[in-house]
Amino acid sequence: MRHDRSLWVHVLVLLGVAVVAATAQAESLSPRQHELVNMVRQDCGSCHGLTFRGGLGPALLPEDLHDKPVESLVATVMMGRPGTAMPGWSPFMTEAEAEWIVRRLKQGFPPVAQQKESSQ
Amino acid sequence: MKGWMRCRIAGLLLAGALSGCANGPALRGTGDLGVVIERATGSVQVVEHSGRTSLGAVPGLGDLSHAHVTYSRDARYAFVFGRDGGLTKVDLLTQRIVKRVIQAGNSIGGSVSQDGRLVVAQNYQPGGIKAFDAETLELVSEVPAEYALGQFSKVVGLADVPGQKFAYALFEAGEIWVTDFSDPKHPKTERFPAGKQPYDGLVTPDGRYFMAGLFGEDGIALLDLWHPEKGVRKILDGYGRGEEKLPVYKMPHLRGWAMAGGFAFLPAVGRHEVLVVDTRTWTEAARVPVKGQPVFVMARPDGRQVWVNFAFPDNGWVQVIDTPTRQVVKTLAPGKAVLHMEFTPRGDEVWVSSRDDNRVTVYDTDSFAVRQTLPATAPSGIFFSHRAGRIGF
Repeated sequence: MRHDRSLWVHVLVLLGVAVVAATAQAESLSPRQHELVNMVRQDCGSCHGLTFRGGLGPALLPEDLHDKPVESLVATVMMGRPGTAMPGWSPFMTEAEAEWIVRRLKQGFPPVAQQKESSQ
Repeated sequence: MKGWMRCRIAGLLLAGALSGCANGPALRGTGDLGVVIERATGSVQVVEHSGRTSLGAVPGLGDLSHAHVTYSRDARYAFVFGRDGGLTKVDLLTQRIVKRVIQAGNSIGGSVSQDGRLVVAQNYQPGGIKAFDAETLELVSEVPAEYALGQFSKVVGLADVPGQKFAYALFEAGEIWVTDFSDPKHPKTERFPAGKQPYDGLVTPDGRYFMAGLFGEDGIALLDLWHPEKGVRKILDGYGRGEEKLPVYKMPHLRGWAMAGGFAFLPAVGRHEVLVVDTRTWTEAARVPVKGQPVFVMARPDGRQVWVNFAFPDNGWVQVIDTPTRQVVKTLAPGKAVLHMEFTPRGDEVWVSSRDDNRVTVYDTDSFAVRQTLPATAPSGIFFSHRAGRIGF
């Protein structure tokens, strides 16, 4: 009997883990957020790397950004950085969208949706 | 007689063993082969351009978000450089990885020496170049890009040039370096001041002139490798003087540049223009207005046409310039996010990658008709094996 119960506990724990994993996978982003994810991964990625480990531009991983204030990062995204290769992206996004991007970069950035579907 | 029989039997057995090999490739050349980078999945497709088909995929190449491919002297092996510092030697015939090393933290490309024995990688982190044995990928020597005490620069625009040399530019240092690997374990380097923030470089098809495009100022640094003692000359100095430069959403690429009828066609940084330069005098001859900021400006091998793709947000277009009239004669929409173009060796067709439409489109360059589309996952660079025989590729 005790044996059975511990088995059930295992099953429940495993189910719980599966549910958490599934919700993390299926994080619901709006179509616009998907667009932003693609833009950041691909177009920002041409200088910062698809995985944000850096390139001509600096790395953008959570550990690189944790001590930088959100407002100044948002300003960099919107206006660029004079004297460097960083352009301003304000023609392509609102300030609120730039802030969403910055906060997500600090947390760990979502992958491109299409990347998941097509990686057989 | 008996010996002869034995040989024949051995030969038959060998043939049997070869054909019995499950995926054993049929005997074929590599002259019409190439690879397509699948940026997001870290794989390449091996393709052939005679029948316009894909022969197979090679996965496991790491982060290919800025990948470059160069070929072994015999055009059988592709050296694939990944962003994550991976250098992978891929056999085009078997579609297998022969050897793979992680040689740096952050890399953008590389090139093969004139004698074919060295493959040299250009790195951002740690900044510098490294030479590997092209056969084994063992490290032979390295040149750190330490331009001042303790200060290292990212290396851009590496090109193999005659005399076992490599020319390259240092982004932070604003210099062009030329390293001689005649004695492979003891490379010798010459340094030349070049200008602010060189972002890429190229060498002319004859291997004589190395040019570095400058991001921090309007102009191009030109070094005559036949007369290095004369130093770097600044050409097209201030080509946009007095005009507001547009924000640059993608750095132009200079490799695969366009040389046509004595004129060079180059991307203007931060402008919707292609610059035309008279290569006898190295002065500006014209500007061709185009749809966006050019990224690749590539001449069809006969030089009659120049094909141009563009930076975000105009990266769904490709334009074709007729070189004698310097007019745009065709505007194509191959798909979303066109990243690269590669001509077949004699230019009858061009392959164009569309990252966000997951396909490669093959155009007839005379009629502009679509000859084929091939599915590919987020394709970026396309590299055909005839690069093996060209200087600076």
